Amino acid sequence: MTMPSAAAKVRPEQESAPLLSLRNVNKSFGAVHVLQDVDFDAHLGQVTALVGDNGAGKSTLIKGIAGIHAFDSGDYQFEGHPVTVHNPKQANDLGIEVVYQDLALCDNLDIVHNLFLGRELTRRRVLDEATMERRATETLAGLSVRTVRSIRQQVASLSGGQRQTVAIARSVLWNSKLVILDEPTAALGVAQTEQVLKLVRRLADRGLAVVLISHNLNDVFEVADNIAVLYLGRMAAQVTAREVTSNQVVELITAGRSGSIGLAPGAEPEDVIAEQAEIVGVPSTEDRSREEQP
Amino acid sequence: MTATTVADEETPRLPTPAPRELGDAVRDYVARVRGGDVGSLPAVLGLVVLVIVFSILRPETFTNAFNLSNLLHQAAAVTVIAMGLVFVLLLGEIDLSAGWTAGVSGAIMAIAVTREGWPWWLAVILGLLTGAVIGTVIGLLVAHLGIPSFVVTLALFLGLQGVLLKLIGEGGTIPVRDKVLLAINNDNMPVWLGWVLFAVVVGAYALVSLRRATARRAGGLQSEGYSVIVAKVVVLAVLLGAVTLYLSRERSRNPAVASITGVPEVVLLLLVLLVGLNFILGRTAFGRHVYAVGGNAEAARRAGINVRRVKQACFLFGSTLAAVGGILIASRDNSISPTSGGAETLLYAVGAAVIGGTSLFGGKGKILDALLGGLVIAVIINGMGLLNQPSAVVYMVTGVVLLIAASVDALSRRRAAATGRV
Repeated sequence: MTMPSAAAKVRPEQESAPLLSLRNVNKSFGAVHVLQDVDFDAHLGQVTALVGDNGAGKSTLIKGIAGIHAFDSGDYQFEGHPVTVHNPKQANDLGIEVVYQDLALCDNLDIVHNLFLGRELTRRRVLDEATMERRATETLAGLSVRTVRSIRQQVASLSGGQRQTVAIARSVLWNSKLVILDEPTAALGVAQTEQVLKLVRRLADRGLAVVLISHNLNDVFEVADNIAVLYLGRMAAQVTAREVTSNQVVELITAGRSGSIGLAPGAEPEDVIAEQAEIVGVPSTEDRSREEQP
Repeated sequence: MTATTVADEETPRLPTPAPRELGDAVRDYVARVRGGDVGSLPAVLGLVVLVIVFSILRPETFTNAFNLSNLLHQAAAVTVIAMGLVFVLLLGEIDLSAGWTAGVSGAIMAIAVTREGWPWWLAVILGLLTGAVIGTVIGLLVAHLGIPSFVVTLALFLGLQGVLLKLIGEGGTIPVRDKVLLAINNDNMPVWLGWVLFAVVVGAYALVSLRRATARRAGGLQSEGYSVIVAKVVVLAVLLGAVTLYLSRERSRNPAVASITGVPEVVLLLLVLLVGLNFILGRTAFGRHVYAVGGNAEAARRAGINVRRVKQACFLFGSTLAAVGGILIASRDNSISPTSGGAETLLYAVGAAVIGGTSLFGGKGKILDALLGGLVIAVIINGMGLLNQPSAVVYMVTGVVLLIAASVDALSRRRAAATGRV
């Protein structure tokens, strides 16, 4: 397949090479071609928003990046080197962390336990609670989180924003370079959304590459440096946030192009439109991929 | 720009919080209980109330030292089976076959030692292996095949009953005459050993508490104040000291013929299991993973925890501890019959864990719960027996107590949900 969209793509000028760089990535589930020749970059110190309508392939893209289901074809480069990421462990080893929408926290455990879940620090096979608690305290302080009363309280007692904070803190506790946030503000109120967005910005300011999936363009324009728009499984454009308007992004999301930006006219194969109905109606891509995880 | 880890960056050293002294500890505890996190409180209160009631109703027989040691022997098997069930209940699963697992394991051990003439220790190992095999089978079926544990263990509940009948033969019993095996759940330690044990337990508890507090203070973390540690050690010393003192008295009805003094040997076994299993659940990564799987299996899986292996291990612990319970039953009864480990054994064990504060919904519970709950059940059975109540009444009272315990569990969960605790 040719790449009609590449010419029309407006790339943000980058002084540095991207941390994560995907080129011509494809992914199909059975007959459904969910991702078609997608290019995607994420830079250190920047928030890259990933937007697109339901079924555009956002989840599939991040699951591919996170190794939950590998891409069928395409180049996956991390820190300038081609890498293979076929399972979440490989992604974690590279320094890629994903904060899922449902946060995946254990309500019956406290904040420290949740932060170190599955990667507990031990000394002579005994849990090293003191070190874990100290590192957890330092991490939360480093993220300027001051809303948590006690680090030893159960996660069940936290508010939505605090839970989100814990989940994000967990993703940066490790040697992470790329943090992917799946709709972190979807279930939050105004004040809490503000808190979490500030936290997202702080992550990028600390030198991490952040990928933010969001449906809320206000949020996106508030924190994002770049905006990548997926349209029916193709990358319509990846643009610098301050060079586009909210209306242009809406057009990119709904029509795949806006003026000179986006997919070239006629670049959209008929079958893609036919597929869209299927894609939208196929929640199974997500469900199936969950089951595939080890 | 270089990739930096937030955690590795220099963060200003936070001031060390002041140690938590007695006043704060009491306040925290009251707040926790009010918030619905009652823990073992109902079991402790229930135990106190029951002991007072029976002491008033039967001041002569209930409170004497002979009965106290008798009670500990009665409680031992159910308590150990309940300890195993805590592992399974923590996952939010159930093991209905634990009682018959105890029976079958006890029977295998009895056959080995009595019919085959094996040395007692080899027979014990064989009995434990029997439990381990049963636990592995349950684990495979539940964790890997995905059959609900209720169904798997219900099938084993029926099947193992048949196995036990087959092993023993209709109407028969297998006697256990090995001295060591009989001693486990019948004999007592010398008085001096009881006091040594008392000193070791209290001393070790004090030492561990102090070392933890010192290490946390050195690490800039909030620690328990000395007042809290001293209070806990004193309470423990007074309780254990009173029991040891009481059990050190002559309790034989006819001391000239046979003197009976000292702490029952089975108490040592219970203590070792309590400390060891508590360590596994509370201080190792595996234990943490058990709680995580019970709290949110999907989150545990995404955090890289091998959920299947954790479940497998928990059923292994459950059935192996049930086998230990079977050995205690064999020792206590001097034999294994087709009803050993049957009847109400399982229900008493589940009841013990739940009465102690382990949640049937998973993710919440401690090994100590099994011990406290086991004592509550033993006190009920023992006290009702002394009141010459027929089995009918004993069953009904036990049922009511279990219902009360389950209600406390459900109510505290509701309260906890309302106040944001689990």
